[in-house]
Amino acid sequence: MSAGGGPARTGTGAERPDGPLLRAEELRHSYGGRTVLDLELLEVAAGEIVAVLGPNGAGKSTLFRLLLLLEAPDRGRILLGGRPLRSGDTAARRRLAGVFQRPWLFSGSVAMNVAFGLRARGVGAAERRARVAEALGWLGVAELAEAPVHTLSGGEAQRVALARALVLRPELLLLDEPTAGLDIAVRRSFREDVERAVRAHAGGAVLITHDAADAFAVADRVAVLEEGRLTQMGTPAALAAAPASTFVAAFTGQELLLHGTVETVDPDGLLRVLTSGGVRLLAPPPAAAEPPGTHAAEPPGAGAAVHVAYRPEDVALAAGHEEAPSSVVNRFPVRVAAVTPAGPLVRVRLEGPLPLVALLTRQSAERLALVPGAPAEARLKAAALRTFPA
Amino acid sequence: MLEILWRSLAVSGTAVLLGVLVGLPVGVAVGLGRFRGRQLAVALIHTGFALPPVVVGLLVYMVLSRAGPAGHLELLFSAPAMVLAQTLLAAPYVAGITLAAVQSVPTDVRLQARALGASSGRALWAHLREARLGLGAAVVAGFGAVISEVGAVMLVGGNIRGETRVLTTAIVLETRRGNFALALALGFLLLAIAFAVNLALTRIQQGGRHQPWAAASSERPWA
Repeated sequence: MSAGGGPARTGTGAERPDGPLLRAEELRHSYGGRTVLDLELLEVAAGEIVAVLGPNGAGKSTLFRLLLLLEAPDRGRILLGGRPLRSGDTAARRRLAGVFQRPWLFSGSVAMNVAFGLRARGVGAAERRARVAEALGWLGVAELAEAPVHTLSGGEAQRVALARALVLRPELLLLDEPTAGLDIAVRRSFREDVERAVRAHAGGAVLITHDAADAFAVADRVAVLEEGRLTQMGTPAALAAAPASTFVAAFTGQELLLHGTVETVDPDGLLRVLTSGGVRLLAPPPAAAEPPGTHAAEPPGAGAAVHVAYRPEDVALAAGHEEAPSSVVNRFPVRVAAVTPAGPLVRVRLEGPLPLVALLTRQSAERLALVPGAPAEARLKAAALRTFPA
Repeated sequence: MLEILWRSLAVSGTAVLLGVLVGLPVGVAVGLGRFRGRQLAVALIHTGFALPPVVVGLLVYMVLSRAGPAGHLELLFSAPAMVLAQTLLAAPYVAGITLAAVQSVPTDVRLQARALGASSGRALWAHLREARLGLGAAVVAGFGAVISEVGAVMLVGGNIRGETRVLTTAIVLETRRGNFALALALGFLLLAIAFAVNLALTRIQQGGRHQPWAAASSERPWA
């Protein structure tokens, strides 16, 4: 929604002469013998916001605590501006700041909370007051300075928690699920404010979230964390164009998945997939995980089980009077099951050998006379499909 | 009578002060620490809640008596002996309620303080500050437990007029003598103190503020 997807921010930073702001290498951590995090490389360039996107239990909170030096990793190291950071080193910790998923505001006033980190750093009272007022202003809550924290709403509390971290002007800010406790209605404006304030007042940021909307709206790059490993890393646009896992696909509007088995692999790499309904689809192989350091499975060969994803808007429908033979790839007969309005478009649920959902303009739907029970032919362009190892 | 009241407050007040010096650190350590034998320590502290004052009195008596290990101090039947006995009674109360108080604050609080650059000490202080209502309750409850006990002070103090006579022992004595009016008056004084203590406790407990958006417990069910 913003400068966020900014074009110049795709570099890994490693080639920059001054190196990345944050570099986490070979971070490994386990609890009770179970490895919860196994991360080869995570880098954040100066001025960059990197989102770590993952489902619950992917190791996000562990990564958050490790990066904040609140816990020492079993192995691996974390470098900030090229200098390794040691867990338990308070001076090192003071180059960072973290905002927790459920911020705990210390009993007392908002101003006292925002002053907390400054006080810990021995900043004098006069400077504290000035900086607290300034930081509250960044988040649009200057008028709350003297309010007791128990009178705040959830959104206000979240802003105060962010001001409390940003007032420290950290070299790197870590945010854990900053919108998790907020109503959907205020999330968008909160995200915009977060992004603006973080870009202006922190040297860089790692945003940890399970909410793709957060990640895609705010971050320059998104690192996908699944089962403790980075499975993909790239700009939001790159991830949306070529998701490397069903998880990423689900977050980029390709939640509609078909299951099948690879019959053969064409010389050009395209897969011939026999789907469960007996329909043959020609589809590209899974996207390669982009930067080194991310894990992606081997490309599937003949006999491998795969998921095939498509976007509903990529389903083309033709008035289906002629029965297409099912041997023609990516074309098959369907029957309209339901038509529901979806904003300016209509959503058409189709029954047939392969259940599909299509998203069409109202005019197309009328032209094709798509009413429940009507026959049609569905066509899926190979290039519009995505495959994932099942 | 005022002299007896004052001595009661002085003895029990001093005992609670000493009980806090011992019980508070123990409660914090057991409440927040992660060490072997922690469960046992918790059980021992809770057992301390049920310590019969007369048994504590007996033990202190044996230690301080002429033949006992600390007999040479000649403290038996003195105010310091009563303070010692009541300290032993108050400390488990203070420790137990402190333990519950520090555990009622999410462990996250210390982590959040450290994430803002606080040293471990400052982070612990921030945690205790959030638990301060419970810590206040620990002190008040400890005082309430010892001001009204009679068994220990009777045994180790001896109820000597002008020296070790306190409200509870005076009530026992006056009742035996048939001076019910005086005994009742002393009893009302004690009741008034108990009432004040409980009023303070109630006010402390009602003073808690919720943070509906914050972690509700010290558990972190989300990974």
